[in-house]
Amino acid sequence: MTEPVVDIRGISVEFPGVKALQEVDFRLFPGEVHALMGENGAGKSTLIKALTGVHRPVAGEVLLGGERVAFAGPAQAQDAGISTVYQEVALCANLTVAENILLGREPRRFGAINGRAMRARAAELLARIGLRVDPRSTLASHPIAIRQLVAIARAVAIDARVLVLDEPTSSLDADEVAELFRIVRVLRDEGVAVLFVSHFLDQVYEIADRMTVLRNGRVVGEWTTAELGRLELVQAMLGRELGVLDELEHRPDKGRAGEPLLVAEQLGRKGAIAPFDLTIRRGEVVGLAGLLGSGRTELARLLYGADKADTGRVLVDGEPLKLRGPRAAIEAGIAFSSEDRKGEGLVADLSVRDNLILAMQAARGWARPVPRKQADELVAKYLKMLDIRPADPDALAGNLSGGNQQKLLLARWLVTRPRLLVLDEPTRGIDVGAKAQIQKLVAELAADGMAVLFISAELEEVVRVSDRVVVLRDRRVVAELSGVDLGVDDVVELIAATPGAEPEKVAS
Amino acid sequence: MTALTARAPSRFLPVIATFVVFVATFGVGSLRYEGFATGQVVANLFIDNAFLIVLAVGMTFVILTGGIDLSVGSVVALSTMIAAAALRAGWPAWLVVPAVLATGSALGLLMGVVIHRFQVQPFIVTLAGMFLARGLCFVISVESVSIKDPTFRALATGTLELPGGVTITHTVVIALVAVAVAAYVLHLTRFGRTVYAVGGSESSARLMGLRTGRVKVGVYVISGFCSALAGLLFSLYMLSGYGLHAVGMELDAIAAVVVGGSLLSGGVGFVVGSVAGVLVLGTIQTLISFQGTLSSWWTKIVIGVLLLAFIVLQRLIVRRS
Ligand SMILES: Nc1ncnc2c1ncn2[C@@H]1O[C@H](COP(=O)(O)OP(=O)(O)OP(=O)(O)O)[C@@H](O)[C@H]1O
Ligand SMILES: [Mg+2]
Repeated sequence: MTEPVVDIRGISVEFPGVKALQEVDFRLFPGEVHALMGENGAGKSTLIKALTGVHRPVAGEVLLGGERVAFAGPAQAQDAGISTVYQEVALCANLTVAENILLGREPRRFGAINGRAMRARAAELLARIGLRVDPRSTLASHPIAIRQLVAIARAVAIDARVLVLDEPTSSLDADEVAELFRIVRVLRDEGVAVLFVSHFLDQVYEIADRMTVLRNGRVVGEWTTAELGRLELVQAMLGRELGVLDELEHRPDKGRAGEPLLVAEQLGRKGAIAPFDLTIRRGEVVGLAGLLGSGRTELARLLYGADKADTGRVLVDGEPLKLRGPRAAIEAGIAFSSEDRKGEGLVADLSVRDNLILAMQAARGWARPVPRKQADELVAKYLKMLDIRPADPDALAGNLSGGNQQKLLLARWLVTRPRLLVLDEPTRGIDVGAKAQIQKLVAELAADGMAVLFISAELEEVVRVSDRVVVLRDRRVVAELSGVDLGVDDVVELIAATPGAEPEKVAS
Repeated sequence: MTALTARAPSRFLPVIATFVVFVATFGVGSLRYEGFATGQVVANLFIDNAFLIVLAVGMTFVILTGGIDLSVGSVVALSTMIAAAALRAGWPAWLVVPAVLATGSALGLLMGVVIHRFQVQPFIVTLAGMFLARGLCFVISVESVSIKDPTFRALATGTLELPGGVTITHTVVIALVAVAVAAYVLHLTRFGRTVYAVGGSESSARLMGLRTGRVKVGVYVISGFCSALAGLLFSLYMLSGYGLHAVGMELDAIAAVVVGGSLLSGGVGFVVGSVAGVLVLGTIQTLISFQGTLSSWWTKIVIGVLLLAFIVLQRLIVRRS
């Protein structure tokens, strides 16, 4: 076998109170795709950041191409040929797409940045990953998925020896994932070593040659993909077997719903989503399915009042509700868990506890403080219910692993006890075990009478948790599917159907 | 996949708004007062505010990274003081100018390093710098020191004739050169683009492999240099050095930058916007002096109202996009 490009030996990383990595060995060979697997908080991102010089290990060494390196920061790692897409999509929303791709290596003429050449180069790179956006548009005007693709375009723009992808596909649709994998394969065949992190097992088995599994900051083992079956992999990751999913398949009360809670009549907003009708009943989970850019998030934002509708109206409990903004929605018992957890969700500089209490307090109004004891109990309850790790109420929200931040965001809304919970990509970046837990939780909430609007790019998930699935295409509602044995294939068919077809009602 | 088009103009909206306000206030003046709408009044705006323009340029760099520099007014005073004292001691002008510029830059460097290395709030560090610089003035002299150096006097009184009989001073030329250089650096160099990136998201900029440390320290050096340059221009304007010169001028500079459309949180703004901001503030002052009966406090009141209006405008733009 050839020599590894990256050879990490016995590395340990510590944060105050947390041993994030303990004596981890990791090897990455040229011309392979190596998946790094593990639960939320297992230490995957930390290992990557230790490699690229963001975190300083307290023990162990990193060899790059046989030589010992200790990078002082990402800039040095990049210069040494390690190109990275970080989990938190590290881009600057205030700059243009072209700048985000080429920042730090802009084409120059006589020392000055050549704007035209830069845009041309960016357009070329975007075309390479099959993304059609205007390089001059500001990044802030694009949804998370596009930003993730831009980050990928940036990473593949340089001739790197090592390409690190930390959950690059968490918001992408099947088409974009396929496009990404095509590029990854080309790079791999050119001899680039690719480190890939994902919670989607299908993707891992599709692309990876080998995998290393981490659990609680320690290496469980290294296998070739062919050696390790799915069940064994999940077992290695969780340290236990997975049984929750099977339970969910047999939800007895699926399809049984109560009184209409929210009715949208011809609600619409120009450029965002065509006018639609939608009824959500108490105790019902309604799924929204559609491709990226089909208007999933836009529809949800209208219901929450985050954007103003320019046609139609919303009735809650049969009474018209004036949705002047999110406040009005919250007062009516509508909660919206955003897909953009960094921008709209958590307060990174506050503790887990404070983040939860903030939401609780906002729901109660400022005049009625939450008694300390009750708050402690509630915080403990939700930490346990969602299995947030570390289960330390005083940990800073910004220091949680990506998946645990997502769980905290969900907890933040649950404490307000909403009547309608809108979940936009609630399982994004969440590991298999926790995903099943969250799906189960949604089912339980519905059984308790809460209405849930569930949005996800993962169709299997939407179909599994929902009583009814609303299908979107090209920013309009094209169909509503319901029935006990609703299948993924029905939905795929509708999503992929030729545009222009009339809305239809299907019951199976 | 969706092809999304650019909505670029919203980025320029605050700057455009500032220019509109400038033209509007100027229009009000020219309607109400005879002799307001002349080329010379416009030229005087630049002459009387050359130092503030330079100061606002430096402040723009700092604010773009999301920082703030409260020391600039004091550094202006210190620079006038050093210049006046050194000239009085018989230093030649060609030595005094680089010495003053070096002092200002060094102070900026010191503050930048403290801010970056020890991760202290820029507000606190530059507040300390403000007291330090002001204090140093009085170490040199508690009195006002007048400048009698012939080179300085010649520069101060010399004028340039523009077509149309409008005259400007050399200080205006220097200020405009500073603006042009700053615009070049901000938009056409990697350093400048990194300034915007740091203001947009410092952690992202770092993960993108950009030299954020260099930029974070660099903007304070630039601001220190600009303060020293502004101090030199101010000493030409006043022909004296004094520890009580330019009291509160840092606030004028910040106001000009904000009125010019830059966000205090960083990442958004243009140098030309800051220049327009200075012009707006200057026009208001001119208007009030033309009025004659109004107290100069009205300047402050109008500036206060304008500042609020602009911050509200920016909020609206940010919220819509
Ligand atoms: N800056 C930090 N300060 C303190 N603790 C941290 C910091 N970064 C990470 N941690 C902790 O280190 C552990 C490992 O986190 P890491 O982000 O590596 O997990 P991960 O495997 O990437 O998980 P996920 O799948 O959720 O992204 C977690 O317990 C997390 O809370
Ligand atoms: Mg991670």
